[in-house]
Amino acid sequence: MSVITLTLNGQEVSAPAGATLLEACRQNGVDLPTLCHLEGLTPVGACRLCLVKVEGQRRLVPACTTEAQDGMKVETHTEQLMEYRKMILELLLSERNHICSVCVANGCCELRSRCAELGVDHTRFEYRCPTDLPSIDLTHERNGLDHNRCISCTRCIRACDQIEGAHTLDMEGRGAANRIIVDMHQNWGKSSTCTKCGKCVNVCPTGTLFWRGSTVAEMQKDVGFVHWIKEGREKKQWSVI
Amino acid sequence: MTREELQNMAQREQEKRRAFRCRLLVCYSTPCISSGAEGVRKALVDAVKERNLNAEIDVTCTGCVGPCSRGPLVTVRMKDREDIIYQHVTPEFAVQILEKHAIGNEVLSGENVLSKDHPFFAKQLKVVLANSPFIDPESLESYVGAGGFTALQKVLEEMTPEQVVEEIKKSGLRGRGGGGFPTGLKWDLVRKAKGEKKYLVANGDEGDPGAYMDRTTMESDPFLVLEGMAIAAYAVGADQGYIYVRAEYPLAAARLGKAIKLAEKAEILGNRIFGSNFNFRVDIRLGAGAFVCGEETGLLTSVMGRRGQPYPRPPFPANSGLWGCPTLINNVETYGNIAPIINRGGDWYASIGTEKSKGTKIFALAGEINNTGLIEVPMGITLREVVYDIGGGIPKGRSFKAAQTGGPSGGCIPADYLDTPIDYENLAALGSIMGSGGLVIMNDRSCMVDVARFFMDFCRDESCGKCIPCRVGTSQMLRILERICNGSAVMEDLDKLQELGKMVQDTSLCGLGFTSPNPTLSTLRYFRDEYEAHIRERKCPTGVCPVNEVPLRELVHELPRRIKEAAKP
Repeated sequence: MSVITLTLNGQEVSAPAGATLLEACRQNGVDLPTLCHLEGLTPVGACRLCLVKVEGQRRLVPACTTEAQDGMKVETHTEQLMEYRKMILELLLSERNHICSVCVANGCCELRSRCAELGVDHTRFEYRCPTDLPSIDLTHERNGLDHNRCISCTRCIRACDQIEGAHTLDMEGRGAANRIIVDMHQNWGKSSTCTKCGKCVNVCPTGTLFWRGSTVAEMQKDVGFVHWIKEGREKKQWSVI
Repeated sequence: MTREELQNMAQREQEKRRAFRCRLLVCYSTPCISSGAEGVRKALVDAVKERNLNAEIDVTCTGCVGPCSRGPLVTVRMKDREDIIYQHVTPEFAVQILEKHAIGNEVLSGENVLSKDHPFFAKQLKVVLANSPFIDPESLESYVGAGGFTALQKVLEEMTPEQVVEEIKKSGLRGRGGGGFPTGLKWDLVRKAKGEKKYLVANGDEGDPGAYMDRTTMESDPFLVLEGMAIAAYAVGADQGYIYVRAEYPLAAARLGKAIKLAEKAEILGNRIFGSNFNFRVDIRLGAGAFVCGEETGLLTSVMGRRGQPYPRPPFPANSGLWGCPTLINNVETYGNIAPIINRGGDWYASIGTEKSKGTKIFALAGEINNTGLIEVPMGITLREVVYDIGGGIPKGRSFKAAQTGGPSGGCIPADYLDTPIDYENLAALGSIMGSGGLVIMNDRSCMVDVARFFMDFCRDESCGKCIPCRVGTSQMLRILERICNGSAVMEDLDKLQELGKMVQDTSLCGLGFTSPNPTLSTLRYFRDEYEAHIRERKCPTGVCPVNEVPLRELVHELPRRIKEAAKP
């Protein structure tokens, strides 16, 4: 495998050719915050937390979708980038009703972890307090869906489509009105495509998707399986000859 | 079709036109149709038929003439005479035109006559819309008669793809969709990109409030767009094209559809065009009404039948666009410039305009101005010339306050900068953009905070919701602007607004997001005093904003007094 060299925050590091900037950073001990990214799913560059500054480029680029190039000069933790990351988290907190004290995912919430890591403990923006969100969908025998905690990262949609192959979940509406929907906008319990695998629940970074019956801070999530499934597929460990 | 057949067709059409003693050209684009051009056409056709003058007098429906607010427009073209344009024509008046002018040879006078020397026309230079007022957009013969498809034929017979790209590079043409990327360079990238199949896309998804340049180009001269696309396809090596038209433009889609069918029937589109080895097919894709699908990556996902959401670049469409193949995507107005450039040479085109912005640009002149309509002007013209000469100034004795260019992605340019030449760089330096060409003029009765609020609401509504800065950032900015408008904001809100605007600009995923704060930031830059008046004095200088409607802060302060007042007998 060929290796490229790039400069990360002033230090020369190497990375395998074809790696994304995010992979190059993480392999070299530079951690970038992410929310919509999950190893094993296609990157979408939607949360904008992993934005980095690349010398010679006019705009900030998302590290998760940008391929690392030989000779790139990348800044990952400038003051401005950190400020933008904090603002993005604050905007997320103001968007829907993120109230940790009554959330099932309290303790395993990635949004909350990112906030803690970056030192965001409140939002300076007005709460939008949306009242037009659909009620919690508890019709499924195992899973629940609470739109109030959704950050529209589409991880559940991608896992359902790319890992499970069911494409039960999708998105409707646009802008602040977008919502996760099941099949053709129906109750989850009535879905004929859902395989009840629970992958969506495990990949959800917040308490939007949860096991039914769990109460405040009881959720445990495991997202590592996505990576193993993808690797197994690439190595054709389960292929029938 | 061969070269001889094309020439014969053109000759026949020209002879046919010459045979008429008088031609009555009825403007038949959307603005004129909505003000009654259909009735005018019917009245004229019936009257000519009644008088048995079909052999002498011709009634033709044409593309857009320009001064749209004065429609319906009828142009009278007689042999060896200057054209006369009549405005605000009613069916009754149309019959009068026929009787007195066309038959009686007497030019009518009065308010309905629009002179050709009118400043509206004098300062314009028409390249893309040159044929539009004279040809029937639904007739292939009419377009060929005006010299159509000679550029495509010339390219296929005499030029290599490299030469075509070179010619476009020489012309200095830049993307007319708003970004201003050099067209020749883009073509070169797609031409050099490796791929078995390449696609070509025309962006006709125009969604800016008050702008209709693309619609008019497609409606008035659909064959010109097709010819430009075919030349581009030859230059980059594509064999399939898509025109993405908004479903809200039914006439444009219908005329393009008809044009494609006619061209295919005449073997100008399809296989082995003009006897060469070049094949090219075009299909229409209708947009479903999302503004963000005018952004190139959003448009491509929509063409592929997916949810219309942009994706991060790179990879650029030139390398990986439709279904992963190299794709050339240009605005329809850009394609409209191609045939004239090939016909008259890149050097001729480069002689028009400023150093970095060449050629002409179509603008939709709207708002508080005397002559609203569609204009095509050379780059480098000053805003003053556009507003006061072509536009005829501000009505009702009011004064000019600001011009909003580029729709919701653009900014407001105040009166101090009226003498700035309009080109890509100058507009960007003023905090605005060229955009697709919307030009909304505002007079001293417009409140700039209210204008910023309107455009921010538009962007919030049209955000696709994929990335957080655009989805939540625009709605937070709108909240602050609403608070300023209703009088419940504090001075810190201005800093917050600026900070948020900068952040949305820098971190959004696509063009919709990173240009959405432009109206707010530019008005904040040039009209900060108005913002401050709303907050400090709780007063809207122009009286537009209902600052007292929801006096949130005042209510808290004044509640005791109001209770006392209410308690009085």
